[in-house]
Amino acid sequence: MSSPANEQSEQPVPQPAGIVERLVRDDSDRKRFLKMAGAAGATSFGAFVLAACGSSSKSKTAASTAAAPPTTSTAAQNSSTGDLAIVNYALTLEYLETEFYAKVVASGLFTGTVGNLIKDFGAQEQTHVEALKGTAEKLGGTPAAKPEGKFPIQSASQVAHLAYTVENLGASAYLGQAGSIQSPEVLAAALAIHTVEARHAATLGTLVKKSVTPDGAFAKPADMPTVLAAVKPFLA
Amino acid sequence: MSNHEIANPQLGGVEVHGMTRASFILRGTLAAGAVYGLGSVAPFVSQAFAAGGGDAEILNFALTLEYLEADFYTVKGRQVGLSGQARAYASQFSAEESEHVTALTAAIKQLGGTPVKKPTFVFPTSDEKSFLALASTLENTGVGAYNGAGPSIKDKKVLAAAGSIVQIEARHAAAIDLLIGKSPTPNQGFDRPIEQAKVLTAVKPLIKA
Repeated sequence: MSSPANEQSEQPVPQPAGIVERLVRDDSDRKRFLKMAGAAGATSFGAFVLAACGSSSKSKTAASTAAAPPTTSTAAQNSSTGDLAIVNYALTLEYLETEFYAKVVASGLFTGTVGNLIKDFGAQEQTHVEALKGTAEKLGGTPAAKPEGKFPIQSASQVAHLAYTVENLGASAYLGQAGSIQSPEVLAAALAIHTVEARHAATLGTLVKKSVTPDGAFAKPADMPTVLAAVKPFLA
Repeated sequence: MSNHEIANPQLGGVEVHGMTRASFILRGTLAAGAVYGLGSVAPFVSQAFAAGGGDAEILNFALTLEYLEADFYTVKGRQVGLSGQARAYASQFSAEESEHVTALTAAIKQLGGTPVKKPTFVFPTSDEKSFLALASTLENTGVGAYNGAGPSIKDKKVLAAAGSIVQIEARHAAAIDLLIGKSPTPNQGFDRPIEQAKVLTAVKPLIKA
């Protein structure tokens, strides 16, 4: 298995971890994530996801990465890193969504109208990946590496429920970052994607006969630790 | 402008009677959507707020839009006489838009502003089919309007609240679009339009005083 952590270690110039700044500022779980600062600072975001997600139990590989020297203080002072970290966070999620839809399409579980919607959604997630990669580069950064996902694909019903969960998570993840984005251009892009994730989520809600607005009149945001914990089972 | 150029004729038929700047911007928003399509709503709204006026003004615009939607689902929905899923959505969305009205009213007061009064509206719909078609157009206009105003919002808490609301507008839009056999993602992957048309001048003649 080619682990994302290994791929990360091959990258010559690691991105400073603006994500850590966000986590420290916003998060209730800050101590745990402060510990991850070293890992995130020394590697790029994909490895950070692994480190953060592995911290609770099977974290041996992550722990060795975490021994790298911390670079948080410089990262925290560079405001532009904040947007870059958010963009790379979103990119990681979009990579996973894209891979998920690709596997669903390949499974052939859905045909007809629903099958076409699933294909459309997968193609749209792919355009999000491309746009976010471009945004990361425009911000002067290195786009996060594609993580390797693993998704249970068993039945149409199970996959549809999973897709509903994934899209709701995606929508709440974007919403959770809206207030932290500094650049108006990056914000506009995030808003443009955010409402598309919401449209996907609502569509899947009709498919699984669940509410199109599970949070009621006000959508709830999710912070990075919550989202990262939720995507952990889908990282290979 | 000749009729065949009208992208969303129904929006051109929506009347907003009110004297505030928020009502005026809403009329322009609807006119922009009517003439150039919903893709032009976001840049129109961005331009309308580019001159400044602050978060309270943006929220008053949002409040006016929510008044419009709430009124549409609550009053017009009842008048038209809906059935099945259309009726269920109208009831659910009416309640949610009303909650948006309440929340925005409170937020404007918190910012030290004065919430606009509810304008009066006239909707060009007479049956379930035209009701759902206009619902789709209004919700998609709402998405573009909020997304267009978003980057002009200064206060991060206000932005978070607006984000929380626009996500619901997008969900409503998708649900209605699916019900009437339209794509739930009319703008494909990005709800921000690429088009940066200078629509303000063009739509002015269409705006009813």
